[in-house]
Amino acid sequence: MHVLRHSRRLVLGLVALLLAAACAPGATNNSSSTAKGGTVTILGVWTDGELDSFNAVLAPFEQQTGIDVQFVATRDQDAVLTTEVAAGDPPDLAAAPSPSLLTRFANEKKVVPLQNVIDMNALKSTYDKSWIDLGTVNGNLVQVFSWAALKGLVWYDPKVWTAKGYTVPKTWDDLIALQNKMKSNGDTPWCMAVESGAASGWAGSDFEKEITLSLVGPTVYDQWWQGKQKWTSAPIKQAWTTFGSILGPNDSNVYGGSNYIINTNFGDVGTPMFQNPPKCMMLNQASFITSFFTQADPSLKAGTDYAFFPLPDASTQYAGSHVVSGDAWSMFHNTPQSKALLNYLLTANAQAIWVKRGGKISPNKDVPLSDYPDQLSKDTATALVSTKVAKYDAGDLMPTDMKNAYWSAILDFIKDQSKLDSILANLDQVQSTAYTAS
Amino acid sequence: MQVSAEAAAPTNAKADRITPVSILERFQGVVLHVAVILLTVMWMIPALGLLISSFRPFTDIAHTGWWVALSPPFHFTLDNYAQVLKEQGLVHSLFNSFMISIPATIIPVTVAAFAAYAFSWMKFPGRNFLFLALVGLLAVPLQLSFIPVLSAYVKIGLTPNNWGFVGVWLAHTGYGLPFSVYLLANFFRALPSDLFESAEIDGAGTLTVFFRIVLPLSVPAIASLVIFQFLWIWNDLLVALIYVGGSESVAPVTVQLANLTNSLGQGYNLLTAAAFLSMIIPLIVFVSLQRYFVRGILAGSVKG
Amino acid sequence: MDVGLLLSDVVTLVVVIVAVPAVLAGYIIFGEYLVRLFPDRIRGGVRPWIWVGPALLFVAGYLVFPTIATVIQSFENAAGNWVGLHNYAVQLGNFPNGGAWIAIRNNVLWLVLYTLLVLFFGLLLAVIFDRVPYESIVKSLIFMPMAISSVALGVIWKFMYTYQPPDTPQTGTMNAVVVNLFHLQPITWLSDPNVNNYALITAGIWGIVGFSMVILSAALKGIPTDLLEAARVDGAGEITIFRRIIFPLMMPTVVVVGTTLVIFALKAFDIVYVMTAGNFGTDVLANRMYKLLFQAGNPGGASAVAVVLLLAVVPVLIFNLRQFQAVESRR
Repeated sequence: MHVLRHSRRLVLGLVALLLAAACAPGATNNSSSTAKGGTVTILGVWTDGELDSFNAVLAPFEQQTGIDVQFVATRDQDAVLTTEVAAGDPPDLAAAPSPSLLTRFANEKKVVPLQNVIDMNALKSTYDKSWIDLGTVNGNLVQVFSWAALKGLVWYDPKVWTAKGYTVPKTWDDLIALQNKMKSNGDTPWCMAVESGAASGWAGSDFEKEITLSLVGPTVYDQWWQGKQKWTSAPIKQAWTTFGSILGPNDSNVYGGSNYIINTNFGDVGTPMFQNPPKCMMLNQASFITSFFTQADPSLKAGTDYAFFPLPDASTQYAGSHVVSGDAWSMFHNTPQSKALLNYLLTANAQAIWVKRGGKISPNKDVPLSDYPDQLSKDTATALVSTKVAKYDAGDLMPTDMKNAYWSAILDFIKDQSKLDSILANLDQVQSTAYTAS
Repeated sequence: MQVSAEAAAPTNAKADRITPVSILERFQGVVLHVAVILLTVMWMIPALGLLISSFRPFTDIAHTGWWVALSPPFHFTLDNYAQVLKEQGLVHSLFNSFMISIPATIIPVTVAAFAAYAFSWMKFPGRNFLFLALVGLLAVPLQLSFIPVLSAYVKIGLTPNNWGFVGVWLAHTGYGLPFSVYLLANFFRALPSDLFESAEIDGAGTLTVFFRIVLPLSVPAIASLVIFQFLWIWNDLLVALIYVGGSESVAPVTVQLANLTNSLGQGYNLLTAAAFLSMIIPLIVFVSLQRYFVRGILAGSVKG
Repeated sequence: MDVGLLLSDVVTLVVVIVAVPAVLAGYIIFGEYLVRLFPDRIRGGVRPWIWVGPALLFVAGYLVFPTIATVIQSFENAAGNWVGLHNYAVQLGNFPNGGAWIAIRNNVLWLVLYTLLVLFFGLLLAVIFDRVPYESIVKSLIFMPMAISSVALGVIWKFMYTYQPPDTPQTGTMNAVVVNLFHLQPITWLSDPNVNNYALITAGIWGIVGFSMVILSAALKGIPTDLLEAARVDGAGEITIFRRIIFPLMMPTVVVVGTTLVIFALKAFDIVYVMTAGNFGTDVLANRMYKLLFQAGNPGGASAVAVVLLLAVVPVLIFNLRQFQAVESRR
């Protein structure tokens, strides 16, 4: 009994201590009340070098306003954000690499309509209307876009091409002719790599949707990602068969065939092209692929060792069309701090900071070309601005399970092009349920 | 009550003369050692590949297999490790990992020990049903509990700002209990019932039996459980993200290391170094608990 | 590095390490004290609840309540309206080619191969390591894969399974062996439906054998040596001793490890998600559930898949019950 009495006292004392300790992380975590200007919480995906760039963008803002921006990055943004929104504990702002996640929340009415939050005059004068329309759901502006990337850029090694006598094709027929010329020379025209973990197939879908856009035009393109145009319909199917003509029978136009394409990570797509002797002549990827080139081989120089030309239009009817993508922002809590930050992020000054560091393009028309760090990115920005028909990446606009089915379909198509009809039929099936809130 | 410690040395009764039997024993011994070493080496190959890759520059990893690095020219580098260690806030995230893992290991192991003791040696109505239900709950996919539990947390204010890590401790406890109870009950049940009978005769109370008999005799089982529970929590990413969040002041090491690759997946060469660095702590825990995996604690325990 | 912060970190940690066990010990001591307040007759009826109470409460809050919520949600659509068995019909439709049925087939593969092989290797390693003096070292080496996070595990095995076209030198270990040692064509381990499930299961097995080995080893150590001595003195061979004494005595633990492994196989997610994301016919139920819940915004469908998973555990529980009752009757 003595033992019991003593231990009880000891225990009570320790319980008190324990509670104090448990609250301690909370106490030291108390950044919400130290900064004079308040806080903003953001959930995004940028880490590593990207985070450094984003922090550089935030620095002037934090200095001027005294607001403390707490940015949390996670690769599992789908899971974390879905849980936090459903549990009633979302961050103030969310930055997503594609609109599909945020659109879902917009449909569930969990995001703040931005017409009264953003300086709409400034937005309308600095952004092309298509970007504003993109973020509008049911008449409410629910998403805004910061940095963009341009898709449908064909990368090649100018030294190799000059040596072999290849010239940059201007039209689709030129491209096909070039393909044939390369094959008769014994060179493999294309390199492709579409592996990407849970997102495998997206790189191939970029190529395919670029073709789709120029074949079907903006209106049908919109109907397509909105689920109103069947996958088995003639124009959409034609885009796939055209993509098939790039791949060649049994993917013979691509280095390594279907096995290599499907099993190689998209970031390694340039490796065969830069080998000596080169294993392929060109590859189609977005503007951000250059950082992968230089990481794998730091000696590569922009312009001399790699350059790009825009993928020629598959049909002349909708010439000058391109697929773009960008970082989408939504707001969950309308506070003075989150409002100030969001407006700041849309300004040319804020966007230019990252642009100067390289790796991103700005859709804001007021960012001068001179801010781009090298000729290549200047060219990309020019291409973005001069694109007559800039359409957002259709896959990113589709509901997530439609998008996933699309990517899987690309993998299946690359594996066996003869299965196209059943692949498209399957996509139609997914389409019939994906667009309704089930 | 005598608990005699047992020496576990295998009997070494070999005749002095070389007999066919002793040659056979010798051979069996050699075969045994060969088997052990061969199996271990083969098992290690994937990890060996990872280890060697972590000392190679990214350009090499992308172009050649890891075994190439073992022959000249040697291109080893410490860059990957240097970059990982330079990560901002790595030391603090280590602290966070400990702050999360240690209590989240102690609580379920203890609570499970209490429950396992009751399930094995006390009679009460519905005992079998409750136990089976507990085992069945092992199958519940954790992701489904996030939204209900987090909503409840938000409603009652159990957020990291107010209560620090308490929320994640309690969650890990809930998630870890089915396995913990299942494992400990199995080992507790295996204790010879004569032990308890003689204890009863000696007039020992429930607490004494628990702390002085059951626990000491179950040390290997408890040590195993501690290792696993600690390990699973240390390596967990999603539960921490949901209940603690990812901000620098509270993020554990797993979140820090997951963010070594950027949103495009670049930097996986850093993951090789990160994997080894993050392995060190659980391995230390494992090795230091090895001495509890001794045999013979029970042998002869009821003699006399 | 802020030394002040570091110091307060360490102090907090020490306080927590001391206080947590103290609180728990305090609970049970206080609980027993309460029990003793009751008259002798009732003590035996009250006591068990003090001991199992905390466990039951935790489990009720973190597992039972969400499970009930899940079951209810499986009958509702995303808007919260009752839809009866609609979610089940949609998720389980299209037998045998529907996505869910492919996943179920794969889960069965996991269930059988993963469980049996992990049990086999765990037992084998526990037994042979027991007989070597450097047991600690080899055990730690086999255990090492357990210490790796699932993402890193996925990265390791992705490296192992890397594919290069036939005319290029292989960079992945498996294909290097296949091409250089066996002179065959390189295999696309992760995209070829004939091998990819086995490739994933192998990665899974590699990561978990340490678990089964450690537990089975603990059980092995609990076998009284005098039993084994007596058998050896009687002239029994090692294999007989294993079959007649060791294995039967370890049976309850084998059931525990086996049950846990079966459940892990049903819940297999991380490896599949990281390495193939369920493509090329490697999908598993937990992966489908994750996608439905977090990507498709379809909590009803996710819940339906989860309920199927939970129901699949019932036969395992029945098996456990039989084992129990057998042990009880022997007491």
